[in-house]
Amino acid sequence: MKNDIITLTVNGRDVKNLQVTGKKGQTVLEVLRGNGVYVPTLCHHPKMPPYGGCRLCIVEIENMRGLPPTCTTPAVDGMVVHTHTERVTRVRKTVLELLLAYGNHNCLTCEQNGACELQNLVYEHGIEHVRFKTDFVPKHIDDTNPMIVRDQNKCVLCGRCVRGCLQVQVNGVIDIAARGSDSYITTFDNKTLKESNCLYCGQCVQSCPVGALTEKKAKGMGRQWELEKVRTTCPYCGVGCQLNLHVKDGRIARVSAVEGALPNDGRICVKGRFGYDWIYSEERLKTPLIKENGGFREASWDEALNLVAAKFTEIKEKYGPDAIAGVSSSRSINEDSYQMQKLFRSVIGTNNIDNCART
Amino acid sequence: MTNSFQDFAKAKLILAIGTNMTEAHPVSSSFVKNAVQNGADLIVVDPRRTGLAEHATMHLPIKVGSDIALLNSLMHVLITEDLYDKEYVKSCCVGFDELKAKVMEYPPERGAEISGIDAETIRKVARRLAEVRPGMLAYTLGITEHTCGMNNVLSCANLQMLLGNVGFDCGGVNPLRGQNNVQGACDMGALPNVFPGYQQVADAKARAKFEAAWGVKNLPEKPGLMMPQMMDGLLDGKVKAFYIFGENLANTEPDIRHVEHCLDSAEFLVCNDLFETETTRFADVILPAAGWSENDGTFANSERRVNRVRTVSKAPGVSMPNWWIFKEIAARMGHKWESSSARELWDNEISVLAPALGGIKYDRIEGDGLQWPCPTETHPGTPTLHRDGKFTCGLGNLVPVDWTPPAEVPDAEYPFVLSTGRRLYHYHTRTQTGRSAGINEILGEETADISAADAKALGIEHGEMIKVKSRRGEVTVKENITEQVPPGMVWMAFHFREGCANWLTNPVFDPVTKTAEYKACAVQLAKL
Repeated sequence: MKNDIITLTVNGRDVKNLQVTGKKGQTVLEVLRGNGVYVPTLCHHPKMPPYGGCRLCIVEIENMRGLPPTCTTPAVDGMVVHTHTERVTRVRKTVLELLLAYGNHNCLTCEQNGACELQNLVYEHGIEHVRFKTDFVPKHIDDTNPMIVRDQNKCVLCGRCVRGCLQVQVNGVIDIAARGSDSYITTFDNKTLKESNCLYCGQCVQSCPVGALTEKKAKGMGRQWELEKVRTTCPYCGVGCQLNLHVKDGRIARVSAVEGALPNDGRICVKGRFGYDWIYSEERLKTPLIKENGGFREASWDEALNLVAAKFTEIKEKYGPDAIAGVSSSRSINEDSYQMQKLFRSVIGTNNIDNCART
Repeated sequence: MTNSFQDFAKAKLILAIGTNMTEAHPVSSSFVKNAVQNGADLIVVDPRRTGLAEHATMHLPIKVGSDIALLNSLMHVLITEDLYDKEYVKSCCVGFDELKAKVMEYPPERGAEISGIDAETIRKVARRLAEVRPGMLAYTLGITEHTCGMNNVLSCANLQMLLGNVGFDCGGVNPLRGQNNVQGACDMGALPNVFPGYQQVADAKARAKFEAAWGVKNLPEKPGLMMPQMMDGLLDGKVKAFYIFGENLANTEPDIRHVEHCLDSAEFLVCNDLFETETTRFADVILPAAGWSENDGTFANSERRVNRVRTVSKAPGVSMPNWWIFKEIAARMGHKWESSSARELWDNEISVLAPALGGIKYDRIEGDGLQWPCPTETHPGTPTLHRDGKFTCGLGNLVPVDWTPPAEVPDAEYPFVLSTGRRLYHYHTRTQTGRSAGINEILGEETADISAADAKALGIEHGEMIKVKSRRGEVTVKENITEQVPPGMVWMAFHFREGCANWLTNPVFDPVTKTAEYKACAVQLAKL
């Protein structure tokens, strides 16, 4: 509908009097982002409802009072928006300094170093020291469970973990408690995650813009810039979630969900996020094994494969091809199942091939 | 699935029947819960008050194995109150008169007697289903793992066709598949009656096609054995050699004692696996395979989407990809196969031989995969099957089915019904999740979940070790009092060898699909 189209004028970091269009019902931030105009944010997450908590996306809008946050301000036709005036930038710097003053943001050993949104914003705004002296008291670190570490000292109270838990995964395990600078993220009845109803999907970790939520298993496994992302499909249930494997030197440091991908759109569960390291188990089979005197002994591929081929040939000749049967794996790749049924049908000569689809 | 996972989030009504989605398919459940947040109706049919039921607008805690009685009664109301989609049924379906005759035998009062859901609720649900359309029906193994599993599925399809819900976005009949690639294993023809792409082995033209492609003569025309028949074949000597690829049958199949007896009877048993398992103990040869993330390939998910799987590291020791192992055995039996990578297998063989996959090539699925049918390389894939009620087979078949009880029902000696399934934290027999750091710490043992009322009657405290016994076997397991389970029921999983439900389950099968009745057998409970 033509009437739904609105036009805004933007003066920003890289643009002057730029005409941008959007749709009625969008926020100012959505219109700006949709047109590639940069506005800093911290609490905003495209998957979550607007929150308006961090005040970093504030702008000046002509004929509007104060500095409205773009993430909660509805876009209106004809708005003239200034994203990087001296006043706006000054307030943003103050917001960032306050965040730094009320936390302990030690980047040196932080797992998020290099992918931290706060670090990027501080760098962008050239904040080299904090003007505020506060009576900051070190806050609680919850590392009682095997998967997720919450360091309240690094929390910026953006609420993304809370909204990820409640509005994306709809588990509602965590919320913000207390007021002002005393605020912190906690569970029902103030329990540790371990004692809570947490299901360890890790949506909170994936949503966190800073190092307040990290994965225990990923600690020390590689700096952000050393990790290569490899997209793959989860090996567990039939949803087929798309995963990013964060890999250093051929070893998976951690796993995350691919944002915007089908079918899972940035979500995974506990098995997909944390059930990967069995591949490094010392108990993995490393060589073919042949049973001998009630136990197994190691064998070469040639010996083992020759034995299998010879026994199959012998049984086929003696009893016919239908005396051989096989079940393929519904956990392994298509190409493996194709190859196994081809072996049974075209080489052995039987249709005795099935998989566990029945069970 | 006729539809796609993304539909769940946008659906107006979801009827979830026999699906413990929050544990078995958690990400799928998150979309369902999003729909509920946006105002959708969620009707959960499950004997247990599952995690999904907590989010439901209505929860129907039916008696185990009474699905068809409930579904037939819902259809009875739709027909007698003239609420079904007459236009759709007339133009898109066949068999209405026969279906009507059958469901007329199931007035809500009879459905109520069998299912335990009162007649007025059944009427209310039927009216709601007719009111909010299209509605999505989702099911999992609560429907299929019964001796009447196939009829359960037909009944779900009947309901959705009667409502005119098949062939539209946010509608359809949607079975959530258990394993990551169980859809794919079937698509690939790892089934006794079909070649890749569901081309019948009994069809001479299909055989000729595959004979030409594979360079062989006389491909067998007789459909082969289904897995439970293979097991029996091991016992009666009809099957001498058994090849198990990546399955831990000794834990996953019903009645472990029987299964192990079968495996022990094999003259020659080969296993491809990642680890030694309870099953590989019976093997003569174990071949070490490359696992997930150690080779390239594809999986097909429940919504028929073919996705890429990629390599990040080399498999340990001399382990090799499974396709290589099969190729090497073929070579040693005199057959030289050309393809020497998963990509070559897919691009040059599978997609060429299976028409529905013809348009899916590796270079098209670098990002999001494609949903089959995807017959040509310009085809965008098919998110919704049977579009606008134009069924792939022509007209939708309404098939009348009768309710039948589970093969074994509680009696004086075994007074509880045991139902089994999966829990969130572990996957099947834990060969993988049990070796992933931290997961055992979150869930470290099996429990027998029972109601507080039953625990009290038996004088059992929460967390006490108890004995659960069936006609097949018995286990000693920790008891867990939970509000999820109604009185008269015990619920267990098969993740842990000790306390594995499959020591108890009944090896009886749907006569057609040969799916075992994991969801219902009779047990007794005893304080130690």
